[in-house]
Amino acid sequence: MYVAVKGGEKAIANAHALLAKEGRGDPGIPAIGRDAVAGQLPVLVSRVMTEGSLYDPKLAARAILQCQGDVLEAITLVRSYRTTLPRFGYSEPIDTAGLAPQRRVSATFKDIPGGQQLGATFDYTHRLFADPTGDGPTDTGADAVPMPRVSDLLGSDALLEPDRAADWTDPEPADLTREPTVFPMTRAERLQGLARGDEGFLLALGYSTQRGYGSTHPFAGEIRVGEVEVEFDAPELGFPVPLGRIEVTECQMINQFTGNADTPAQFTRGYGLVFGRGERKAMSMSLVDRALRADEFQERIVAPAQDEEFVLSHADNVQAAGFVEHLKLPHYVDFQAELHLIRRLRRDFHDNAGSKRETNA
Amino acid sequence: MSAQQIEYNIGYLDEQTKRMIRRTLLKAVAIPGFQVPFASREVPLPRGWGTGGVQLTAAIIGSDDVLKVIDQGADDTTNAVSIRAFFNLVAGVPTTTRTEDATIIQTRHRIPETPLGEGQIMVYQVPIPEPLRFLEPRETETRRMHALNEYGLMYVKLYEDIAKYGHIAKTYDYPVLVNDRYLMAPSPTPSFDNPKLHQSQALHIFGAGREKRIYAIPPHTDVESLGFEDYPFEPQSFDQPCAICGSTGVYLDQIITDNAGGAMYACSDSDHCERTAARADNEEAAS
Repeated sequence: MYVAVKGGEKAIANAHALLAKEGRGDPGIPAIGRDAVAGQLPVLVSRVMTEGSLYDPKLAARAILQCQGDVLEAITLVRSYRTTLPRFGYSEPIDTAGLAPQRRVSATFKDIPGGQQLGATFDYTHRLFADPTGDGPTDTGADAVPMPRVSDLLGSDALLEPDRAADWTDPEPADLTREPTVFPMTRAERLQGLARGDEGFLLALGYSTQRGYGSTHPFAGEIRVGEVEVEFDAPELGFPVPLGRIEVTECQMINQFTGNADTPAQFTRGYGLVFGRGERKAMSMSLVDRALRADEFQERIVAPAQDEEFVLSHADNVQAAGFVEHLKLPHYVDFQAELHLIRRLRRDFHDNAGSKRETNA
Repeated sequence: MSAQQIEYNIGYLDEQTKRMIRRTLLKAVAIPGFQVPFASREVPLPRGWGTGGVQLTAAIIGSDDVLKVIDQGADDTTNAVSIRAFFNLVAGVPTTTRTEDATIIQTRHRIPETPLGEGQIMVYQVPIPEPLRFLEPRETETRRMHALNEYGLMYVKLYEDIAKYGHIAKTYDYPVLVNDRYLMAPSPTPSFDNPKLHQSQALHIFGAGREKRIYAIPPHTDVESLGFEDYPFEPQSFDQPCAICGSTGVYLDQIITDNAGGAMYACSDSDHCERTAARADNEEAAS
């Protein structure tokens, strides 16, 4: 007699079959291949790789297809696979000063050594519907001119805080995915959290700092996009060997700082780095990174973007999406318990109201 | 594109991760009720859907184990079916719905009605492991409060409930004090189930995947639900028996039967209900 929501294996199997059918669309139209996704939706692939914390364009493309374009599902799929992979150690730090930029812009200086390079960008496109042409320029301009990082140019005059403090000793970077999260975090851990954080969340937080909620007075010091070599120093060999190349987007935000009792006025920095082409995310990340350094510069912590626990606990969209969506799961045991309480409270209320009427009469 | 061969380890988690979780579990058992941080992994179900429980089960399950999975007390709710199927796929262990046959019982929101025995392990899926979280959102603060045994805030909350409503208005995830030391969230089980934790013969382990915490109640540990001398802890009780099997003193689900608000009440523990009903049928047939 009782046929409520307690479904079984059959219901699940049918739901999966229906899902697959919905994802296929019109069977008369050829299915999209993984290569097509990897080649023609590179920005989407970049996002899935960045927030999935795994550089593998083909696997990301596969995830996007399997998840029917649901980005957060695709990220979850990539993460669940990534976490099972063995790890050998840490690569050498990538040298972004050495990367030959496909794109490189600075908003702080008109001309910089190596020049500005517009590259593949939606900037200055007119947002009008148009048919893609596909004919690209043959000369992309990415030749071998050295392009030092803008932050190094300012740094040479000590106008900009250096890459690392004088007493820096190259500690082992923490690994957010292999060690428990304990607050407060180191900056290295925070940056890991931000790098895999949700683009939309970081965008909103970065935006909030521009509107007075923890202002950091930012300038886009440099944004560069290009391929960089990853090297691994195997102890048996004693020298680093190249593992391959990855495409990254790096953003160095330069922020005003008026100094305090210990430090003269100088520019400070926020940092953003993502896989592939993800400029918006890299910029948002650098804004939030700088805002989170409030403590370091003895700034007053008054805004959400400056609050480490708030930002890092809520930036991960795999966690956020899962927990919000878990409300779909049955809660009837707890709801029953609450019904019990509400009924009791209402009974008390009416009893009290009744006795009040009697006293008034 | 060449098909990339993807292989997953037995029990899904890699062996290093299993070891990390087992070590965390040992610490959790050694300090009953204390939330031990662990490097929670992503697992192939969404965060908030039992990823903590799944990691615990994956870390302790072996080929001679028998697994039971319940959600809302029932073996046939979709998420329970899904998790059972997952372990069947990745660990190949036998599963059961009979409480006393299981060596590991993974649960969401209930403790079975059948008393648990020695050697059984209850694995709880925990959404928010911190009992003080809704009183103090900051982890740095709540950890300090636990360290200092500073639980006044929780008593004030319970007192305010009584002052405002005349009762403690906490019906599930009702806070307990474990081994007279740590305040602990028993996960969102109804307070009806709280007494089953006290001096239980089974080991109870709690996994919060998203929040990256593991904690435990070892067998034969004191577990006290908070209350006051004049307003003691009061678990739920039901006036009517189960409409299907006639059991009393069990937790019941309210089932809406028509559009006019008509309802019946039936056991939330599907295993208990089916077997009690079957026994009654047998007795009837025998007499």
